[in-house]
Amino acid sequence: MHELGITRNIVAIVGDAAGGRRVSRVTVEIGKLSGVTAGAIAFCFEVVAKGTGLDGATLEIREIDGRARCLACDGEFAVHTLYAACSCGSRRIVVLAGEELKVKTMELEETA
Amino acid sequence: MCGHCGCGHAAKATILDLQTGNETVMAHGPAEPAQDGAQEHVHADGSRHSHGHAHDHGHDHHHEHGHGDGGGAHHHHDNGHPHRDGGSAVVELEARILAKNDALAARNRGWFAGREILALNLVSSPGAGKTTLLERSIRDLGAELRLFVVEGDQATANDGARIRAAGAPVVQVNTGTGCHLEADMVARGLRELKPEPGSVVMIENVGNLVCPAMFDLGEWAKVVILSVTEGDDKPLKYPHMFRAAGLMIINKIDLLPYVEFDVEQAAAAARQINPGIVIVRLSARSGEGLEAWYRWLRRELASAREAVIGPLHDPS
Repeated sequence: MHELGITRNIVAIVGDAAGGRRVSRVTVEIGKLSGVTAGAIAFCFEVVAKGTGLDGATLEIREIDGRARCLACDGEFAVHTLYAACSCGSRRIVVLAGEELKVKTMELEETA
Repeated sequence: MCGHCGCGHAAKATILDLQTGNETVMAHGPAEPAQDGAQEHVHADGSRHSHGHAHDHGHDHHHEHGHGDGGGAHHHHDNGHPHRDGGSAVVELEARILAKNDALAARNRGWFAGREILALNLVSSPGAGKTTLLERSIRDLGAELRLFVVEGDQATANDGARIRAAGAPVVQVNTGTGCHLEADMVARGLRELKPEPGSVVMIENVGNLVCPAMFDLGEWAKVVILSVTEGDDKPLKYPHMFRAAGLMIINKIDLLPYVEFDVEQAAAAARQINPGIVIVRLSARSGEGLEAWYRWLRRELASAREAVIGPLHDPS
């Protein structure tokens, strides 16, 4: 959903931070529970980056697996959906990872 | 275009004040980019790299498969700290992608709190009965509460006109091709609407159970409306939305004899995703069950007046 807008935010955040310098690579983290499809971000990226300092940059997407802690038994476990239950039966869980939507790093091209 | 819902902000959002007829156009982000060449980057193997840029890359990326809070868990660089890395400089950014919307939403939240306003973000599929519920609520509660409405739709002021006819001040936000309201649109709408202190602001989002879940508007709570003409498994199909909501309204219960909708199953599905969700069953048309919705509204309004920060909203 809304991956075009998300991709525009990525390009805007990196473009602002780069301050006119050319960017060769961007690394983002997309949690698997974030509601954003990594493939659709990749799909949008080149188009959105066109004509900006990110034009032609490589986009690296790290997908982050979901993990949660159970509030009943305090166990930690992998979650693949938002409606996961702990093996103890409780659904009162706190998602620890998997909801990331972050720009991690950019690589700037060396100016000759 | 977005691969899922077609949202693109190609058209600018417009804000129509139905009291004054004043219409403003919002500049929203960069112009729609060209579409050429995009299709070449759908890789059948699921590859995430959008570009085959050859790059000798010696930097040791630490994958952080997340314990802790996601951001602070690993060694933290100050913004813009560069590393030399084989001919290019790596800059750590650690920037949340939705930071801009979240910051504007926080500003809206402060604006509401300072005025002791209860702001609710009403979300549902198209046709679940958001506008009808608002019309009925305005007529029933008009003597008791001051209700103001921000109406979101892709196009037309039809819903805005219905709300105005029901007796509440309203601004209509048309998002163009946008599939959800964003915090800046609400801020602009509020500037026109000027809701009075102590009032209730109902923000009727664009009919869509997907995208509005992600975009905080600064509301006290999201209210998700599910009508019995939809499937009772919808909470499981759209878990982000049902998890984000503080209240679920099951609407059109007057139609239950004619449809195959299991209210208990729908409630169980919603609780499976969101154990704390409050569930109210009603018919905005017949009036059955409305009193429970009004009780919830009064209680939340009292809480919003007392609290500085909303307890139902977790901005993490």
